[in-house]
Amino acid sequence: MTIRDKMIEARPAPIRTVGPLAWLRANLFSGPVNSVFTLLGLYLLYLLLAPTIQWAIIDADWVGTSRDDCSREGACWVFINARLTQFIYGLYPRAELWRVNIVFAGFAALIAWLAIPRLPFKRWVAVATLVGFPVVAYVLLYGGYFGLRVVETHRWGGLMLTLILAVVGMVAALPIGILLALGRRSQMPIVKSFCVVFIEFWRGVPLITILFMASVMLPLFLPTGVSVDRLVRALIGITLFQSAYMAEVVRGGLQAIPKGQEEAAAALGMGYWKRMGLIVLPQALKMMIPGIVNTFISLFKDTTLVMIIGLFDLLGIVQAALSDSRWLGFALEGYIFAAFMFWIFCFSMSRYSQYLERKLNTGHKR
Amino acid sequence: MNEQATRAGAETPMVEMRGVNKWYGDFHVLRDIDLTVRRGERIVICGPSGSGKSTLIRCINHLEEHQEGEIVVGGVPLTQDVKRIEQIRRSVGMVFQHFNLFPHLTVLENCCLSPMWVQKKSRREAEAQAMQYLERVQIAEQARKYPGQLSGGQQQRVAIARSLCMHPDVMLFDEPTSALDPEMIKEVLDVMIELAREGMTMLCVTHEMGFAKTVADRVIFMDQGQIIEENAPEPFFNAPQSERTRLFLSQILGH
Repeated sequence: MTIRDKMIEARPAPIRTVGPLAWLRANLFSGPVNSVFTLLGLYLLYLLLAPTIQWAIIDADWVGTSRDDCSREGACWVFINARLTQFIYGLYPRAELWRVNIVFAGFAALIAWLAIPRLPFKRWVAVATLVGFPVVAYVLLYGGYFGLRVVETHRWGGLMLTLILAVVGMVAALPIGILLALGRRSQMPIVKSFCVVFIEFWRGVPLITILFMASVMLPLFLPTGVSVDRLVRALIGITLFQSAYMAEVVRGGLQAIPKGQEEAAAALGMGYWKRMGLIVLPQALKMMIPGIVNTFISLFKDTTLVMIIGLFDLLGIVQAALSDSRWLGFALEGYIFAAFMFWIFCFSMSRYSQYLERKLNTGHKR
Repeated sequence: MNEQATRAGAETPMVEMRGVNKWYGDFHVLRDIDLTVRRGERIVICGPSGSGKSTLIRCINHLEEHQEGEIVVGGVPLTQDVKRIEQIRRSVGMVFQHFNLFPHLTVLENCCLSPMWVQKKSRREAEAQAMQYLERVQIAEQARKYPGQLSGGQQQRVAIARSLCMHPDVMLFDEPTSALDPEMIKEVLDVMIELAREGMTMLCVTHEMGFAKTVADRVIFMDQGQIIEENAPEPFFNAPQSERTRLFLSQILGH
């Protein structure tokens, strides 16, 4: 028979199992085989990284104006430098670049305000970002008001165009996707079948086909004299395509919310939109963050497809620059630059989504 | 008995079910249910699992739809009309077996949400009232926590407070203690007993026979979708009339 008359206090874990050294021992050098593989891995990494760094940084040419300045063995970043304005702004008139810069700066400021938790008035900033900013951005970029010169959309290009396509696509696709997902779960047969047909149609067609149809077939159906801007057509195509994907991501999230949540909300007298807006969607969206960001990232990269309908996004304009006879032979640098720019944006989105997931976790899934 | 009868005649019953039938597909869950609940009456419904007792109370606020018969709640007939269903739901509180608190909101926000969005109260008013009810279920000190940080018993008490914040005329309890660890059952039953003492109309689906003996005006025994026996607690437990009731009682009280 045992009787414990004094309870045991909790104490910290032994030192040997925590800390970086312990981590190294446990994960990389836990046995002879493991140690050999670790060393082999490090050697392979060295084989791969050393020449890359040599080429891209140590042996590279950085300053200059023409290809004659690229005399050394390594990469010729002079090419990127010389073309940078074009890569970022496309063929936007040089004298009007300040307009684009204001839009860039404004967008960055609004996003930063929304992303930094300490800053107040989040709700008003969000409204400004979604309602006020697009109007300001349109007026500044397109012009035609307040004495601003009109800049046709065919002169827009580069990173600017990529960002416009991606941001408009994301902002439009999420709400449409949510509505489609709710519609697909609806009890009303007409709403439901409309949403199912819509989703399955747009999901079943490649984005390239949609862009081709938007640029070639749409004008055939419009009355003569009526024309829709090429950029607008691309935007509509991308939005409809991505909203179908978004709808399926959202539907997955909605299915993960227990039925009891909606029942409890219903029992408290809430109508459909309140049940969805206050109870189901906030929880579902939180779970769907990885899926939504995944869709956003693929949307961001899919914008490069507008190249085939003659819009010059970042990748398109880099490729156009590669065929310039003064700069032949720098394809590698050009593509690395384009890849790096895309990677920066996609990686930022990915990191932010991870941060958001941690922040929104209220400890209920234990 | 006489006094109750005259009072019942003078006012509309809180809940009235006449000839209610319900099917899940081909399965006949509720069969010819007739039940009248007067204001202030406390009713305990018991029966084996699958007997339709949960379905019965879930029909009252239209979480389940009945196919035949008539349900009248507080004088308002329950129809397909969404506005009317929502009107009835505002006056009917419900407590679930698995609490169904909103995990993304704090305890206080859980209690304020519906008063603010459905009854259009100001945040200040809703919070003051929520704190008052949380005080009553003795959990006010946890108001800023999230449901995931509370024990099952605490969560269920919050769920009761959340319902009370809508000032319901009748409360439905769907096995409120079945998902709780044994040591937490009492704290929830105490709150329910207190509520019953204050005169709340209650329909409780539960197997807590001690609770039934303490507070119930009537005990209803259901089996295979029908009401088998209905009586005041004393005769119900001491002299059950039907063979099924005797068998059921011997099974749950016999150990």
